Amino acid sequence: MRFQHSLRFALAGAVVATGMALAPASAFEPEQPECIAPANPGGGWDFTCRQVGKTMQDLGLIGSTMQVVNLAGGGGGVAFAEVVNKRGDDNDLIVAASTATATRLATGAYPGNTMDQVRWLATIGADYGVIAVAADSEIETLPALLDQIKADPASIAVAGGSAVGGWDHLKVLIAAKAGGIDDFRSVKYIAFDGGGEAVTQLLAGSVQAFSGDISEAKGFVDSGDIKVIAVLAPERLSGDFSKFPTATEQGIEALGANWRGFYAPKGMSDEAYDHWVGQIKALYDSPEWKEVMAANGLEPLDLQGADFEAFVAESVATIKDLTAAITQ
Amino acid sequence: MEVLASLGDGFSVAFTLQNLMLAALGCFLGTIMGALPGLGPSNGVAILIPLAFTLGLPPTAALILLTSVYYGAMYGGRISSILLNIPGDEPALMTCLDGYPMAQKGRAGEALALSGVASFVGAFLATWGLVFIAPQLVKVALLFGPAEYFALFTLAFATLGGISSTNQAKAAFAAALGLGIAMIGVDGQTGVPRFTFGEVHLYDGIDFLVALVGLFALSEVLIFLEHRHGESEASAKKVEIGRITPSLSMLKYCTPTMLRTSVLGFVAGVLPGAGASLGSFISYSMEKRLVDREGTFGTGDPRGVAAPEAGNNAAAGGALVPMLALGVPGSGTTAVLLAVLLALNITPGPLLFTQNPDVVWGLIAALFIGNFMLLAMNIPMVGMFTRVLLVPPRILMPVVAMVSFVGIYGISGSSFDLLVMVLFGVLGWLLRKLDVPLVPIILGILLGNAMEANLRRAISISDGDWSVLVGSPLAIGLWVIAFVGFILPIIFGAALKRRMKLAASKEDEGELVD
Repeated sequence: MRFQHSLRFALAGAVVATGMALAPASAFEPEQPECIAPANPGGGWDFTCRQVGKTMQDLGLIGSTMQVVNLAGGGGGVAFAEVVNKRGDDNDLIVAASTATATRLATGAYPGNTMDQVRWLATIGADYGVIAVAADSEIETLPALLDQIKADPASIAVAGGSAVGGWDHLKVLIAAKAGGIDDFRSVKYIAFDGGGEAVTQLLAGSVQAFSGDISEAKGFVDSGDIKVIAVLAPERLSGDFSKFPTATEQGIEALGANWRGFYAPKGMSDEAYDHWVGQIKALYDSPEWKEVMAANGLEPLDLQGADFEAFVAESVATIKDLTAAITQ
Repeated sequence: MEVLASLGDGFSVAFTLQNLMLAALGCFLGTIMGALPGLGPSNGVAILIPLAFTLGLPPTAALILLTSVYYGAMYGGRISSILLNIPGDEPALMTCLDGYPMAQKGRAGEALALSGVASFVGAFLATWGLVFIAPQLVKVALLFGPAEYFALFTLAFATLGGISSTNQAKAAFAAALGLGIAMIGVDGQTGVPRFTFGEVHLYDGIDFLVALVGLFALSEVLIFLEHRHGESEASAKKVEIGRITPSLSMLKYCTPTMLRTSVLGFVAGVLPGAGASLGSFISYSMEKRLVDREGTFGTGDPRGVAAPEAGNNAAAGGALVPMLALGVPGSGTTAVLLAVLLALNITPGPLLFTQNPDVVWGLIAALFIGNFMLLAMNIPMVGMFTRVLLVPPRILMPVVAMVSFVGIYGISGSSFDLLVMVLFGVLGWLLRKLDVPLVPIILGILLGNAMEANLRRAISISDGDWSVLVGSPLAIGLWVIAFVGFILPIIFGAALKRRMKLAASKEDEGELVD
């Protein structure tokens, strides 16, 4: 039972309300720090903005309250276009992003926009992908699943919570590619509205495997309904998830991290860019943020500034290759 | 009993000062909305959605407010039926039949109080039904694969047009229009944008809240503008209210009627797409056949007031069952509530009871609380509600327009959405002129994507084999019900409708259907 939710809401509200009263600080600091969450309240991007804003203020990393603006639409495309076209030189603005942002940039889902039109700041953690089957499935390992797909592609349908070409689909393809499957079209992926629905269909027996994030799978792993056959992380995770093997240790070199982080307008001054990068790094290194990560199932992923730019560029390139192979 | 323990937890959620206040506010506003002719429960809830969002309420609190409005509107619909012979909403149509004659005989107060009690009994029993049946339905829901879901959605569309619209073809047209609107946006199965014309605002499709507020609330304003120079609002005749407490003997006299029609109404409500109108009509006609030996129904028989009121309020509770447990709304208003749940990032369906127990049980507990509040409000405060009927539309309608604009802008912060809403308002006005029901459009927008996605999932899983759609007994059963539900009203619907029309002589033009 999770009755404390409403309480948490109330507390968050109180924190925001008291924060409003504080005056903005001087020095070079964003006068009115603002975070755009390119989705409605309640989703991952909204969480990124609000949790980072709150924790940064608690730690004194920003002088005033982070104003969170929800600018939903187009899977983040509306916000991206707004930042590129209208807020291009705003020093006070950061925007929440994740692997989904990179995926959509790679597949051209933000019409006319590319990753070069903004500056990438830093990550605040990652949610690693998992591939799971029903608890009563005969398949025990990732190689076994991939062999079955090779032998009889029609017998395995993989469910995920994102659209075809979306991140859950790409994780399956990353694993399939690493496992030696060249014809991506033989991998049957069924898109559902969110991981919960996909897992339900796994339990109902409509599909044979599930591709999702750790956070989506956790409840069903705890209840014993599904078994995780591979975690797409470089090494075993901490805590409850340490018992699940990584894909790498099963001989499949597949990594799938749904990173969470921020980008900023292209015209942001170098001074402001360095400031934000530094503050997000300070946030990331704080024990308070480690607690937030633990409470929300986020795993370490520590990239800033140029490293992060390079990382995003690389993932965009990888995703372009993968999706080119599906749409051929 | 596990269910009762969960319900107890639910009460601990609902019993906070804020939630109780919201329930009281919702009940009060709902009763007024229900009482105002033309503003039915669907509109009432739709109009207050923006309020719930701008107040920044957490999901449980927002739901408590809106379902209180829903229950309140179901109560309130009877007031104008009895006093003015104008149903406040379509389900209250049947209440006119005996309620108005009672009022003419100077027993308006008694009729109002009795119908209040009947509403309470119906809603109370239905809420218990919700407690026990909804969690069971969840277990059944695990039997639903994509093919079964597709059949279920088809069933919802096939049965919706049935009793609640004047014309099956127009209902089908409306549903098709809704389905067409649902196709706008990025296709979830392939990631290809459809009908977006390169406009990034359309990539997520048309937000159903925007469509809903435009179609229902704004079109109401436009209809009013059009009629401004016509006849004024229902001229309230001097109505003798009379005593406002029903005698015990009358309550006793009507008790068997209330119990029977509550069960009947609940069942009608649980069936997707049937809704409260069906509940109240079946209840009335069954009671008439069962107990009306002296032919007093239609001349002010108290049982003729109790039957449809218990029936339609029970149906309102019943309609929440498939909405919460399966994510398939059982009526127009629950379709609106479904939209609210989705907007709050809560996905109704099999997982709701395990993932958001606080929301579900808090909501159900709030229904019980709201029900008692409504009973308390409706007996002594009847006199006050009757006065609300006299608020001139020239004051009411600007408020509706204002709330719509501020609310939609408050949700999305996008002026594009405001334009879309205005377009939908004009569309809604046009469709009402053509007597096309609006609820199937909303249902089409709401369910269209899920229906299409499930069809395509089923076909992808089976590698293009269409026979998968009738591949399980459950799917076949659903297809049969859908087929029967579509065909029966064509055969019997006309006759039924004639009798409803005949019975209640006056009906507002372009009345919304529930």
